Amino acid sequence: MTVAAIKEYVGVARDRVETFNGKQLVYASWDHHLLFAAPFLLYAAPQMSFRELVGGPLAALVQPDPDGAAIDWTQVEWLKSNQPWTPDFDRSLADNGIGHKDQIRFRTPGLTSLAAA
Amino acid sequence: MDMKVAKKKLGLKEKYRLMTRDLGWEPSYRTKDEVFPYVKYEGIKVHDWDKWEDPFRLTMDAYWKYQAEKERKFYAIIDAHAQNNGHLNITDGRYLSALKVFLQAISPGEYAAHKGFSRVGREFPGVGTQVACQMQAIDEIRHAQTQIHALSNYNKYYNGFHAFADARDRMWYNTVARSFFDDAMSAGPFEFMIAIGFSFEYVLTNLLFVPFMSGAAYNGDMATVTFGFSAQSDEARHMTLGLECIKFMLEQDPDNLPIVQGWLDKWFWRGFRVLGLVSTMMDYMLPKRVMSWREAWEIYGVENGGALFKDLARYGIRPPKGWDDAEKSIDHMSHQFMLGLYQWSFGTSLHSWIPSDEDMDWLSAKYPTTFDKYYRPRWDHIRKLAAEGKQFKNFGLAKLCQTCQLPVVFTEPDDPTMSCHRETSYKGEKYHFCSDGCQHVFENEPEKYVQAWLPMPALFREFEGDVGAWMDWVSLRDGQDNGDYVGSIDQRNFEQWRGLATSNT
Ligand SMILES: [Fe+2]
Ligand SMILES: [Fe+2]
Ligand SMILES: [Zn+2]
Repeated sequence: MTVAAIKEYVGVARDRVETFNGKQLVYASWDHHLLFAAPFLLYAAPQMSFRELVGGPLAALVQPDPDGAAIDWTQVEWLKSNQPWTPDFDRSLADNGIGHKDQIRFRTPGLTSLAAA
Repeated sequence: MDMKVAKKKLGLKEKYRLMTRDLGWEPSYRTKDEVFPYVKYEGIKVHDWDKWEDPFRLTMDAYWKYQAEKERKFYAIIDAHAQNNGHLNITDGRYLSALKVFLQAISPGEYAAHKGFSRVGREFPGVGTQVACQMQAIDEIRHAQTQIHALSNYNKYYNGFHAFADARDRMWYNTVARSFFDDAMSAGPFEFMIAIGFSFEYVLTNLLFVPFMSGAAYNGDMATVTFGFSAQSDEARHMTLGLECIKFMLEQDPDNLPIVQGWLDKWFWRGFRVLGLVSTMMDYMLPKRVMSWREAWEIYGVENGGALFKDLARYGIRPPKGWDDAEKSIDHMSHQFMLGLYQWSFGTSLHSWIPSDEDMDWLSAKYPTTFDKYYRPRWDHIRKLAAEGKQFKNFGLAKLCQTCQLPVVFTEPDDPTMSCHRETSYKGEKYHFCSDGCQHVFENEPEKYVQAWLPMPALFREFEGDVGAWMDWVSLRDGQDNGDYVGSIDQRNFEQWRGLATSNT
């Protein structure tokens, strides 16, 4: 049973993509960089290119970390839904298969300013 | 002349029989199933409702008398507190944040508990159970009222108290408590009793109320101490009711065991997540600290909780599934959550701050294996940014857990450097969780949790990311209620008024 109920019961998912004004949510996090207390919540159009997402909101958000300015985005290792993954920077989020509420992660080996002492 | 005839006094047992058990009747126009339609669908089998024991044997007349007496005492002290500027006796204005957490997250929970017990008091067939639930329903609304009244005195002088009901419903750090109660109130009567009566009242109360009340006593807050005392004798009754309910279910039918165990696993974990707020309050928000969250966990979690589950082992109950993960997170959770509160403080109806050197030394003494290693470097860096005039604000907001609704500030149980990523798909939608515990809760009843109203997605869904419009909607007054304590209006007022009260200048 998918819910304890007195009769047949179907829930309506609250955060469906069509309720987000033509845009979507994307979660992004930087592995081992926990100055940022949780993965970021980004709000973007599915037509936005991956390059715009990274060069715009993501690059700005990571600046408070002492490693923020040192990221070489061409060398970053990416994961999507916790699996290794290679984005195409010039294609859109949709074409890169980044759906609503997908989680992307990135790794920057060697950048460890605030890592465990 | 009329002779006065002494009325025969009823014995306690006799009185309980007449004024409780005798209030019930066998329905004749409708079947029992029609009168009590919600008592079977959860799968709990009950053969004899009269086996429900009420060890207090409290009857309504006596209950009413005790409670009235407590109310009189409570309001006398609260009035004196208001008249004597009791708010200036607290140790420091930072302490107010602990009160704001309490009023925004916990007092509305009392009200929710009131609604829930009113409902289950109607839904349970046993008359002993009905009366006990009715009393608890009245207790809980009294708790909500006395807390709101006690804290209203602070609302006259400080920010962040004025819209606690909006903050409770809409503010991201409060929805953990809100969703806990919404989840319980939308469950059946037996699950509600496990959620509130057993997990919340019995397993977690000591970790929730004791820290707040002793924190209040240590920090000169008479108003809060007073409502704590006024509620204390009620809590003894609530804990007993919760324990009685669980034993009753387990004794009625062996088939009840797996259902009860599943609820214990779920509600332990949900309650543990609510405690994240409490851990942060204990370790960071009390100017004069009582004990660390780790120390409280050792006493109330490990010792008391351990003894309880040992006692329940004879019914076949084992400790809750999330117990080991909980233990692994104890030395991390308060730091993780305070870092979040600070970096998102533009969106909180309370103030947070960067811990001082003295605070950090205390934290490293209390958390010798984790604080210096993982958390001090982050606070040091945040402090450096602040010194450069760049207060750290994380406008990236946060991914929230679909079940407990907290920002996913938690790390892997076995790797404190790695944020905990958990996700699943259900009917084509993606869902994210803060932990295995929350993911399990979701997967057992996805149709329930897909509907969760998550506060951060709502900022985009309903306000297209317009933070100003969102602030109006949560009744947050920018520049007054939010941000760093240092430089806040609360700080300025508290220090000025306290100066007037304690010096000649
Ligand atoms: Fe209460
Ligand atoms: Fe209670
Ligand atoms: Zn969670």
